[in-house]
Amino acid sequence: MIRVERRLEQPRWLSLAVPIGSLIVAFVVMTGVLLVTGHDPATTFRRLFDSAFLGSAELNATFVSATPLLFTGLCAAVAFRMQLFNIGGEGQLYVGAIFAAAAALLVSGVPGVVAIPLMIAAGALGGALFALIPAVLRAFLKTNEIIVSLMLNYVAALVLNYLIFDSLSYWRDTSSPEAKVFPQGKPLPDAASWPLSHIGGLELPFGLLLGIVIAGVVWVLYSRTRFGFEVQVIGDSPRAATYAGMRTRRKILAVMALSGAIAGIGGASQDGDVRHLLDARGLSAAGYGYAGIVVAALARYNPFAVVLVAFLLGGIQNAGYTLQGADFPSGLVGVMQGLILFCALGGELLIRHRIRFERRRPAESVA
Amino acid sequence: MNNSILVVVLASAVTYGTPLLYSALGELVAERSGVLNLGVEGMMLVGAVMGFWAVQTIPGPGPLVLIIAVCVAAIAAGLMALIHAFLVITLRANQIVSGLALTIFAGAGGLSSYLGNDLNLADAPAKHAFGAFFPHSMQTLPVVGPIFFEQNALVFVAWLFVGGVAFYLARTRPGLNLKAVGEAPAAADAMGINVTRTRYIHTVVGGAFAGIGGATFSLAITPQWVDGLTQGAGWIAIALVIFAFWRPALCLVGAYFFGAFAGLPFTLQARGVTVAPELFQALPYVMTILVLVTVSAAGARRRLGAPGALGTPYVREER
Repeated sequence: MIRVERRLEQPRWLSLAVPIGSLIVAFVVMTGVLLVTGHDPATTFRRLFDSAFLGSAELNATFVSATPLLFTGLCAAVAFRMQLFNIGGEGQLYVGAIFAAAAALLVSGVPGVVAIPLMIAAGALGGALFALIPAVLRAFLKTNEIIVSLMLNYVAALVLNYLIFDSLSYWRDTSSPEAKVFPQGKPLPDAASWPLSHIGGLELPFGLLLGIVIAGVVWVLYSRTRFGFEVQVIGDSPRAATYAGMRTRRKILAVMALSGAIAGIGGASQDGDVRHLLDARGLSAAGYGYAGIVVAALARYNPFAVVLVAFLLGGIQNAGYTLQGADFPSGLVGVMQGLILFCALGGELLIRHRIRFERRRPAESVA
Repeated sequence: MNNSILVVVLASAVTYGTPLLYSALGELVAERSGVLNLGVEGMMLVGAVMGFWAVQTIPGPGPLVLIIAVCVAAIAAGLMALIHAFLVITLRANQIVSGLALTIFAGAGGLSSYLGNDLNLADAPAKHAFGAFFPHSMQTLPVVGPIFFEQNALVFVAWLFVGGVAFYLARTRPGLNLKAVGEAPAAADAMGINVTRTRYIHTVVGGAFAGIGGATFSLAITPQWVDGLTQGAGWIAIALVIFAFWRPALCLVGAYFFGAFAGLPFTLQARGVTVAPELFQALPYVMTILVLVTVSAAGARRRLGAPGALGTPYVREER
């Protein structure tokens, strides 16, 4: 019979080997799925890889897809590390996008050096405020933050739809006749377009660089400061934290606000880097917030690993868009993301536990 | 009289509430065993697509095919739940992340789209669909006609499910064992109840219910396959379980209540009343948050029915 025992020490190599192993297992299972449904796995993976990572145009598109995942991945990682399950990254990203678009529209006419920091600040503020709703409820009333943040995702999506499709809001384009028939967001001023950095033929969106910087900041915060230490203690053992006199309530508020702010900046980056208007349909179709949870789990909540995983999953997502239609099986991206996450979750057990195979002894069942 | 707004709203409440009811009952059963499954949306979509596939491919008389299709939907969704069960019960994975993974894996843009695409189900009219269960003469009766007699068989079967689950939980030995496992797995284990098996069975059965909920969309409400057909009903079902304090009878009330909000925008639009539909669509979510807040503020979470061990894996060695 199989016995699962908790490891007393977790070998360091395992925390690298297990995610890589999970990726491999996920691809093996995926191969099985493709074979069963009559697709050629080699061609499918080849096309997926080619259109995600091969060539500078493909890589540029992958950077664009990876950027929001980097933000929502960090959003989830920051909160999950404290066992605070903020699954509201989706909604916090929307609210960040709404705030950032408002900021850009309000200050139209100012140069980019002013507009862009304002958008970032507004996005962060929006995301943080929205994340504070479940945070306050959790900190003061012990309301389950999972369900509240989940429900708020839908509320935020509906607000987003309302602003563009069912009202004449500040964000909606009402200038041209066709905009009245096909509702869409007001175009943001040119100064609100985030710059691209050109590095050797590659174009890096400003949001991606910003996200990497934030990942660095999060790493320093969580591994080199007292704040980060306390967050980890609260996450691992809330009772020990209370006895040690740590202020759990404040940490909940701070961590959720930080988590929401990061997702909100992701929303601002969508406005500035990609869409250049408040794109209600595009944002809600993408599901960045949920994919971010996949990123965070696969990265085991390590901010640097989040950068790598976001790039990887961004590539898969980008390839999914490019190959959509034709003879490429739709839904493949979701299936693959799900499989990767399943395997990563299963692999987590191997990091924390050791598995022993031993013969069942009849005496055991009697005792 | 049957066109009066109240009758139309009540009739649509029953129609749109039925898939919510099935899925919420399933989630309730799983949660009562201590397993939170956030994959309801994904399981519903897989149920919907496989149910529709069965209707399109299986030959035979309509009623029989429909019954088989519902079973196919239940089995397909049950298999999805089995993945979750294996991960969270055997591998002790985080239930929240695993449930979300299930929705990403199975939901819109995942396996359900993959299957719908691969089996060529889109843009085809259903060969069979659940129609009104009662003869036409009864459907024209005032008030009860549209609300009751125009409904399809799945609506009435759902009532049997409510009664069945309520009876099971309150009056049968396995049902009592189930509640024990959800409340205090260590104590249940000491009593000789197999915690692992109980959780597996009820998680899978809960998934099967969600599959029937999804099939209610693709076989009765809108008999066709469209990507992402359920449009977030799975999440409302999860909210509904809390809203109903983990009680089957209250699930019924809550499902129709939330169903009314799902149908209300269409009803009002048809009458030329222009209210932003988002307002009504947001209400179930906002109300669920309010209910959660009241419940937790009163410190009465446990007394109102939240299973004590909800969301925590049970490890005998670590109790």
